[in-house]
Amino acid sequence: MEKIVLPDIENLHLIDIYIANGGFEAAKKAFAKTPDDIIDEVKKSGLRGRGGAAFSAGLKWSFMPKSNDKPKYLCINGDESEPGSFKDRQIFEYNPHQLIEGILIAAYAIQAKITYIYIRGEYHKWIKLLQKALDDAYAKGYVGEKMKETFGTDFACDIYIHKGAGAYICGEESALMNSIEGKRGYPRVKPPFPAQNGLWGNPTTINNIETITNVPPIINKGWEWFSKIGEPKHPGTLLFGVSGHVNKPGVYELPSGTLLTDIIYNYAGGVIGDKQILCVIPGGSSMPPLRGDQLEGVKMDAESLRAAGSAIGTGGIIVMDEDTDLVQVLARISHFYHHESCGQCTPCREGTGWLEKILRRLERGEGSVSDLDLLISVASNIEGNTICALGEAAAWPVRFMVTRFRDYFEARVGKEVTLSVKNKVHSMRHTAIPLAPVTK
Amino acid sequence: MEFKYSEENQKKLDEIVSHYPHKKAGTMAALWLAQEQNGWISGEVMEEISAQLEVTLEEILGVITFYTMYNKNPMGKFHLQVCTNVSCMLRGGYQIYDHVKNKLGIGNMQVTDDKLFSLEEVECMGSCGTAPMIAVNEDYYENINIEDVEKILESLKNKN
Repeated sequence: MEKIVLPDIENLHLIDIYIANGGFEAAKKAFAKTPDDIIDEVKKSGLRGRGGAAFSAGLKWSFMPKSNDKPKYLCINGDESEPGSFKDRQIFEYNPHQLIEGILIAAYAIQAKITYIYIRGEYHKWIKLLQKALDDAYAKGYVGEKMKETFGTDFACDIYIHKGAGAYICGEESALMNSIEGKRGYPRVKPPFPAQNGLWGNPTTINNIETITNVPPIINKGWEWFSKIGEPKHPGTLLFGVSGHVNKPGVYELPSGTLLTDIIYNYAGGVIGDKQILCVIPGGSSMPPLRGDQLEGVKMDAESLRAAGSAIGTGGIIVMDEDTDLVQVLARISHFYHHESCGQCTPCREGTGWLEKILRRLERGEGSVSDLDLLISVASNIEGNTICALGEAAAWPVRFMVTRFRDYFEARVGKEVTLSVKNKVHSMRHTAIPLAPVTK
Repeated sequence: MEFKYSEENQKKLDEIVSHYPHKKAGTMAALWLAQEQNGWISGEVMEEISAQLEVTLEEILGVITFYTMYNKNPMGKFHLQVCTNVSCMLRGGYQIYDHVKNKLGIGNMQVTDDKLFSLEEVECMGSCGTAPMIAVNEDYYENINIEDVEKILESLKNKN
């Protein structure tokens, strides 16, 4: 199977090797066409966003206004903070120039003269690797003012890395823009959408790292070629990150629509100790978990997973064997969303805290059967009532895990325990550490 | 004590600020550079950034309290970060975390008396496929077990 995003070419991260393998040819080709032609080509290819929403990339670009009265921006989302998701770091490390070339093409298509690549702060190493690749591309005249000469075009784009500092929410596109502006990463109310009102109020497009890395091959080989790979409605390859109780965890680039069981048993080497699978989260920790007996025949693409009762998310597959303590897993996941809730919307700020609190109670064996309904009730009250999708991200694992594994949760609350009212309603948001005083 | 960027860092900061149409967008980078130089974000650091980028102290305080990676207090020379999120947890992340905790006798966000180590239980670091992990300052150590942790701690002590 041909790999598009992470081809098996040794030292491809070096610019000379990348050029020797046809690097920057796609950009050359693209600049000879009109921006609308590029948008059309990508639209027809069927390329869909790899960051979770699986929205058509070409369509997203087409939302950008055609007039040039305001500066336009492209943001590339490499915040990659969803537990179970670890694909973008592979691109930074092994194929950074294809990402850079994809950015040039995307920036040309939407006529953005500045691109910010947002990378999570923990990725110090990968930020340095990508910066090195960018420096090389600048030095060779593929990025910045010099590209006009190199490509014989009047279009030029600068690419800058913006380093995050540890906030999951900045993977949400409007929070990401606030973060670039130097503010707290609060998601913005939509509409207005970024294409109308993005960075500093200007038209902005935000794409995922993996999405953009797919663009150069599409321009090189044409939309028809790409549209025939994998599932027609969600074409191309996907980077599946497999983690948890498997023998060979890692990132596997496979056509969309590959069977989930095939990925787990063939590529990831099966379950450690040949145990049974209790639960699989197929798209990163915020996606609805599937029971071990729901996996047969499930294909890994957006439509098939939706039909199976989950979602593709970022393609991060977390496998849990039969001995896994699901109450502990769910409590840990809920702790994460509580910790990462930005605190703007009451249902999420308070609700994620309650979810964690109730689950910790179950974990300690102090829960009651009514707690299970309470969990679902709290989760349902978060869903749909928040500015951004972190609400759903926190609610889905709880709602679906408790519903689909009700027997496991009931077993955990075997006997009714009467609890004194320990919980008082108060903000559960903690900024942990006392701050140093500001001296005047 | 007054905080000033080193000449090299000031150059870096000026360069980064020039990437944006508004100075304020340089806040996060300014904080990163200050933290590299100073170890943590002190009140003096905030005042310097406030003056240079023309943002209020309140805005800077808002930013450093929002993002977990900015140190609001001095941390150890070696800041140890252990992920215990779901993928790491399934592969022994808590054993690693508890081992470090017991070994050093410090809890989450605490510093050893000799100021050599500090510990943080962190959220997903993107090491799910190479779990469990520990990060020492900027460096990841992945696919580790308790023995590896012992070796890492030992080598850090010797490095000192």
